[in-house]
Amino acid sequence: MSHHLVSAADLRFAYPDGTEALRGVSFVIHHGESVGLVGANGAGKSTLLLHLAGALLPTSGQVRVGDWPVTASTLPQIRRSLGLVFQDADDQLFMPTVGDDVAFGPLNLGLPPAEVDRCVAAALERVGAAHLRDRPSHRLSGGEKRLAAIAAVLSSSPDILVMDEPSANLDPAARRRILSLLRSFEHTKIVASHDLDLVLDVCARTIVLHEGRVAADGPSAEILADARLLEPVRLEPPLRLQACPRCGGAAR
Amino acid sequence: MAGLESALAHLGSIEALAARATPVHRLDPRAKLLTTGAFLATVVSFGPRQVIPLLPLALYPVALGALGDVPARPVLARLALASPFVLLVAIWNPLLDRAPALAIGGLVVSGGWLSFASILLRFCLTLGAALVLVAVTGFDATCAALGRLGAPRILVEQLLLLHRYLFVLVDEAARLLRAHALRAPEARRPGLRVAGSMLGQLLLRTLARAQRIHRAMLCRGFDGVLRRRGALRLRAVDLAFTGGWCAFFALARAVDLPRLLGGLALGAGR
Amino acid sequence: MHMSDAFLSPAVGGAMLAASGGVASVAARRLRRRPDEGRVALMGVLGAFVFAAQMVNFAIPGTGSSGHLAGGLLLAILLGPHAAFLTMASVLAVQAFVFADGGLLALGCNLFNMGFCACYVAYPLACRPLVGREASARRLALGAVAGSVLALQLGALGVVVETALSGASALPLRSFALLLLPVHLAIGIAEGLVTGAVVLFLRRTRPELLAGGAPAAPGRRSLRPVLVGAALAAALVGGVVSWFASARPDGLEWSLARVGAAPPAVDRLHRLLEGLQAATALLPGYAFRGDAAPAGAAPWPAPSAGTTASGIAGALLTLGLAVAVGAALRLARRADRSPRTPAGPP
Repeated sequence: MSHHLVSAADLRFAYPDGTEALRGVSFVIHHGESVGLVGANGAGKSTLLLHLAGALLPTSGQVRVGDWPVTASTLPQIRRSLGLVFQDADDQLFMPTVGDDVAFGPLNLGLPPAEVDRCVAAALERVGAAHLRDRPSHRLSGGEKRLAAIAAVLSSSPDILVMDEPSANLDPAARRRILSLLRSFEHTKIVASHDLDLVLDVCARTIVLHEGRVAADGPSAEILADARLLEPVRLEPPLRLQACPRCGGAAR
Repeated sequence: MAGLESALAHLGSIEALAARATPVHRLDPRAKLLTTGAFLATVVSFGPRQVIPLLPLALYPVALGALGDVPARPVLARLALASPFVLLVAIWNPLLDRAPALAIGGLVVSGGWLSFASILLRFCLTLGAALVLVAVTGFDATCAALGRLGAPRILVEQLLLLHRYLFVLVDEAARLLRAHALRAPEARRPGLRVAGSMLGQLLLRTLARAQRIHRAMLCRGFDGVLRRRGALRLRAVDLAFTGGWCAFFALARAVDLPRLLGGLALGAGR
Repeated sequence: MHMSDAFLSPAVGGAMLAASGGVASVAARRLRRRPDEGRVALMGVLGAFVFAAQMVNFAIPGTGSSGHLAGGLLLAILLGPHAAFLTMASVLAVQAFVFADGGLLALGCNLFNMGFCACYVAYPLACRPLVGREASARRLALGAVAGSVLALQLGALGVVVETALSGASALPLRSFALLLLPVHLAIGIAEGLVTGAVVLFLRRTRPELLAGGAPAAPGRRSLRPVLVGAALAAALVGGVVSWFASARPDGLEWSLARVGAAPPAVDRLHRLLEGLQAATALLPGYAFRGDAAPAGAAPWPAPSAGTTASGIAGALLTLGLAVAVGAALRLARRADRSPRTPAGPP
């Protein structure tokens, strides 16, 4: 079944100023997988995510989402099956209230008003933010904004959930909440993050990007424990997997 | 800088007021907008030296504010902040127009002072009504009403987005200024060249943000129209509200109510 | 400079509202014809930028004062006139609705004075021809200053004319213009300089952004619009100077400080202005003339002790009633609310 498949084949992309952000990225992600996308700043994570959502189109190579290649003409189908949660929730919550924002996707799908209201209620309920519905977006805390942004994507019921830095700028409690929320999703998940502890918790598989190429791709437990693999790509194993500085023993 | 920050605080307090649930808040925003429009038209239709006949009209903002639980102090403070230009122009009237127009006992009031008072009164009435309107309606609902009353869709979307990102960008500007103040403690404000760079930086960030927002819109199926939930519905009470007030405005315009009242009072006293 | 509801007559306010509304709907129709390509987001955020930019107060070189970006011209350079006009409309509407700057009826006037003049007059006439992609820095600054000065002078003139047509100020047209235009000349120069600085910055860092807004094609750039703009500005300034000269034959009499300080000077000034206005009034019916008020301009009836007394008594009663009604409504609301929701609003 190729229904919820996400794949990239020799994906290349250069920004108009000439910067080569992706230099031949290939992978296949199957239905129900949860994949962490890690890499140093400028490794190409965000650019890759924008390609998955069709917000950028490749210079060469191809991205496929479900049964469709990502091209200008298939964008409506792509966007129906794949939801992208942006790094800065302020960019994503552009409507006056949380409820309006969560309703934005379903309204664009042309759903009838009663159905839209149902989707909105269900999505807010799902992230535990039903009480935020009538609040103006700019008055929310960082954690609330993140929840609202996730709900705004869930309301269109995508099959594949893509998140850019879901735990950035959150306090520990809000981070924990997002983490347990992510774990509870049965969607195909692709999570780009510098928070390798989160990746280890949420994602069974990790893809390491380095300078626009895939440097490693495999089970998170193996890749993230391999300090010799991570060091050249300017990453470190999650704190949890590092030796304890006090007792010298590994923390597991 | 302090001015805009206080303005933002004001915007925040207006929002808090608009979030309340009084009967006035529940009225259809179109009814409130149209009634306020009729109110403004009535106020400015009085002659330039009329003061006392304008007074009954104060009932509209006062009653709307009272029913909507709008505290008077922030509204008055906002009016005071906005008043200098009006004062600057109006103060010439008493200086230039000094022909007596009215005698109260032994005191002769010139036409200039009358028109001065009239301008100030109009200023308080019109802007007070506008402030109270937004406080009992909310900016979003006011925009929705504008759209339903025929304002171009692009303009309504523009208003909503502007309002949404006002806070985000003013925060960004405040951070820039703070960073400048910390590193240039001597300069009270940046010079032209520095200001150009700061504004340029702010603009670049703004443009980058616009691009990210646009992507976020596209990712959720944006096709050029910002759709919102919820239809407005005119009820009988909305029509009664608008009709009743318009009748009152017409009465106040046609009949000099204070004079009538004063005549009655003096007549009864005699 | 915001025109205020308090100075407006219904005719002027309505006409300007209709005019600006017409321009807005034309601009909206023009924009709707083009594909979006991020314009909705861009306009929205740039509108917010104008507010944020007004926080950055900078020192005006050579003076002790400070200025800030007003934004109309910069928006036109970045977005083109139609989108810039609508963005200015949203900025002014937020100012009117939320910050009590101007007023709702005066929105039409303000949109004309600050939006139309900048986007549809100053930008195409003075700014666009000078701010090409490969214009020198000096030329670019010149274009920005010329555009800003023209926009602000026209805007200030708009305030003057609208106020005079409404008949709210006893100040004659010319004196009012003399009061506002020089101030706005200074503001316009400062605004132009900072607009130029921002455009220069953008050209250094992101030259591609300016490509859309300033489409002056190389080689085809004619100097005629510049000349027309310059002529307009010259006519404006010349007109002001000649007014100024004719209004004060003895040179120094017309000075704000003296007007405020010395009553005899006011008298002379008063007579002078009266005479001038009698000779030049645009709309005599609307004009204020203290001694010989034309019928209709002074609806207040002739002073007579009886009617005045009842008027005053009635005014006091009305005020008292309004306050009492407000207080009663407030009390009623509170009594109505307290039993059901013991905790106040959060």
